[in-house]
Amino acid sequence: MNKIKTIFKGKFLFIFGPFFLLWLLRYIVPNYTISSKTPHWAYIPPKSCLGGCGSIDGFIPFVDWTNALIQFLRKYEIFGLFTFRDFTRGIANYVDKFLDFTEAVLHKGFPSYEIGPLPWIFIITLTVILGFYLRGWRLALLGGTCFAYLILFSKRGIWELSMKSLAAISVSAPLAALIGLCLGILAVKRKRFANFLWPMLNILQSLPHFSYLILVVIFVGIGTKAGVIATVIFAFPPMARLTILGLQNISQEIKEAGVMAGCTKWQMLFKVEIPAARSPIMLGINQVIMQCLAMIVIAAFIGQPGLGHDLLIRLQGLRLGEAFEIGVAVVLIAITLDRYSQALALKEPERREGNFVKRNPYLCATFFAIIICSILVFLFPFFNEYPKELTVSASVYLDNAIKSFTRSLFVPLGIFRDWMLIYFLMPLKAVFQSMPWTGVILFVGAIGWKLGKMRLALTVMLFVFFIASSGYWVRAMITLYMVFASLVICALIGIPLGIWASKKESRTKLVLNICDIFQTFPSFIYLLPAIMLFQISDVSAIFAIVIYSSIPMIRYTVFGLRNVPQHIIEASITSGCTERQLLWKVKMPLAFPEIILGANQTLMFALFMVMIAGFIGTVDLSQEIFRALSFSDGGKGLIIGLCVAFIGLTADRLLVEWSNQMKKKLGFIN
Amino acid sequence: MKKLLSIISAFLITFALSFTGANADKSGVVKIPTHNWSSQLVGAEVVGELLKMVGEKVEYINMDSQAVYQAMADGDIDLVHEIWEGAFGASYEKAKAGGGIEEILTHDAVTREDWWYPNHVEKLCPGLPDWKALNKCADLFARADSGGKGVFIGGPVDWLKHDAEKVEALGMNFMVKNAGSADAIWAELDAGVAQGKAVVVFNWSPNFIGAKYPGKFVEFPKHDPACTKDPSWGINKTALYDCGNPASGYLKLAVNADFKKNHPAGYKLLKQMNFSGPDIDKMANYKDTDGLEVSAAAQKWLDDHKSKWSNWIK
Repeated sequence: MNKIKTIFKGKFLFIFGPFFLLWLLRYIVPNYTISSKTPHWAYIPPKSCLGGCGSIDGFIPFVDWTNALIQFLRKYEIFGLFTFRDFTRGIANYVDKFLDFTEAVLHKGFPSYEIGPLPWIFIITLTVILGFYLRGWRLALLGGTCFAYLILFSKRGIWELSMKSLAAISVSAPLAALIGLCLGILAVKRKRFANFLWPMLNILQSLPHFSYLILVVIFVGIGTKAGVIATVIFAFPPMARLTILGLQNISQEIKEAGVMAGCTKWQMLFKVEIPAARSPIMLGINQVIMQCLAMIVIAAFIGQPGLGHDLLIRLQGLRLGEAFEIGVAVVLIAITLDRYSQALALKEPERREGNFVKRNPYLCATFFAIIICSILVFLFPFFNEYPKELTVSASVYLDNAIKSFTRSLFVPLGIFRDWMLIYFLMPLKAVFQSMPWTGVILFVGAIGWKLGKMRLALTVMLFVFFIASSGYWVRAMITLYMVFASLVICALIGIPLGIWASKKESRTKLVLNICDIFQTFPSFIYLLPAIMLFQISDVSAIFAIVIYSSIPMIRYTVFGLRNVPQHIIEASITSGCTERQLLWKVKMPLAFPEIILGANQTLMFALFMVMIAGFIGTVDLSQEIFRALSFSDGGKGLIIGLCVAFIGLTADRLLVEWSNQMKKKLGFIN
Repeated sequence: MKKLLSIISAFLITFALSFTGANADKSGVVKIPTHNWSSQLVGAEVVGELLKMVGEKVEYINMDSQAVYQAMADGDIDLVHEIWEGAFGASYEKAKAGGGIEEILTHDAVTREDWWYPNHVEKLCPGLPDWKALNKCADLFARADSGGKGVFIGGPVDWLKHDAEKVEALGMNFMVKNAGSADAIWAELDAGVAQGKAVVVFNWSPNFIGAKYPGKFVEFPKHDPACTKDPSWGINKTALYDCGNPASGYLKLAVNADFKKNHPAGYKLLKQMNFSGPDIDKMANYKDTDGLEVSAAAQKWLDDHKSKWSNWIK
């Protein structure tokens, strides 16, 4: 117990110190107010800049430099033959070739051969058989239900839209997995490449989608292929990460066995290392698929048709019920693909005895299913194209339900909203806006230094300096304020919920399943009810952020509490702890490092969502990034994206380091 | 390893070369953009169907309504049939000045965009639609975070409106709150109507929302070209924008500069085409009020207006 106390004691001083400095600065610099026309340079970064820059606000013209680079890549012809843009567009055209194929199979058909798209009965039957093969009847039921929903609720074309989305995913997911795998292997084999790749992956994973969407539009164009490429950029980093982890953790014995068997370099890779790292690589593929699904709506912004695009259109017409039906479709597809790919990752190779049919029951079942389905399709048009008359839609009822629900809450939530704004958010915002950038740099530097590493201190200081010098300081502070406010609320909701859920196995399961659903439900749908309830204000933005980003807080709290070593719990019970003491004096302190990691993840989620909450109308970095998107200002989009990424990385570095040190002190890791 | 790298790079270069010529466009297909509002979606399909009748192949591509003009100049898409003066005039004129765009016609439909309120607000604030009356009841529109000022819900910042300048020039006791998207405006409006509260938002006509929630535009001092160029014009002698937006903005149709060469039949059709205000209204209403899907709504419009478009495809 004393150990934990000393950890907190040590931390107290260094957080207090820089804050003192910060406030001291406030009184040294005379007559400072935020609204004054020329605030002192120590508070708001000055607008003058080094070496003749244009319109931007900061003192280093990063935006102009990036735009110059983009212009160069657009116009300069390598060897006088083609520009970089021609090159990227060439690659995109190859992607288009694959897309033509998957689209033809799933929804367009091959008109030149007079062949239609794959009939629905095939897709459902094959999904069910695959489910049986991978895990058993439960999985088959899930897959069947998912596609049955899609066809049954297809009154407004959900089936066709899903097929469009799946056509895009079935190109982007393999591509992202392949790229991730190759980069991962290269990083393991070449140390220098790893040193370059790792920070790139960090930045890519914390860069908001919209900042690279602009670059994709500039270098690739628009349409499904552009959507696919944006999706690949978003989805490959976890694959690369998990490949690296998997290959690095192969036990030495296995490698030596390979060497002794006389493997060549390539044999070693394909026959020994990759099979040995199978399960992390499979987990990577699972992650890739989930990331691809998460991009469905975002990719619609650059012209990818499918569920995402229609979702946006329905929201535009304020038809929440229809949007909700599409949202359910996305969730069902996501859960199905997730469970299928997990089952694939865990599947052990089976060996069966007997004749061909007995050895390959599923192959034969597939074969017979195809024959039967073909006959059915041939005889009855019903199985080829599901008749529109038999589709249903609950959208009208859903619409009314959502609207009357929000309406019944107008009055109480109106009071809550005003209270939040006046007593919590507006004062908090004022605090964040009055923080001088010089003070914040010192502050993060001090924390980094106190955590014991000069290098860490310098890195985070550099991150903050970048934000300040690029000219988006004031907006970045507003973003930070919203993220911070959300983090506080997420902790207030997530930690108690996590404690409650961790007490029983059944509760844990229930809560985690609900978390899954909320995580895959397209977040754009929350935005409109949020506005109806809380008007266009910071409250509605924070409400939307909290719904999405309290999930990791809950997950990690549950995880931390359930993983407290059993012998410690038993020891505490035998020494006479009450239930309450057990929780607060034993379990919570031991789970604290995990909860910190949960807070870190929550912050990352919040940073993603704060960009999407820009659609509500907030005056932070997201507003600027949308402006950049509208005017195809690639440089501005990228620099603002980096500002967001650096906010995330600063917090990430510090929190992870803190959590690790605490784990060390608690004796979890050496 | 080095050998492998050089093989890969050689492969990449040849592969890029093989496509540099071919990436201009898929030959012969007219690429029509679709955006995120109803009349445009239905209208795009109407234009597409008409183009098919004169023998063109058509493809629809969804994309951002501001970025579309640069894409049209670059040849990534072929035509834009609903260019609103107020919302897209700036982006359109900028792209047109850069070359690569040919303007075909101005539709009969006139467009208007300005401050707008649903009808029930008239009871709360007598004297509307006059802007002075609106200013007098500013406190009805105030909110917790507006510091006692009335709140006007404006469009997203990238629509480049001058509402804040207008408020300043006319000395109004209002503040502009920019919604992040059109959806956000409608959600505000929906909640305001449901609660019977005073709301004033940015809106335009023709637009589907007018059919759902009847309302009126606020009458500001009448627009004059001089208002946005000459500070001495109007009631504030030292400021621009002391007036409303144009009450009859243009709605244009434009094509990529190579369209005439590549699609002569389509070009001839577009030259004859013209949508009136009621046409645009109906396209939106078929979809939003009658609940038809886009293609069904387009088909209904075509069925109901045969006499009109049969002249265009001659």
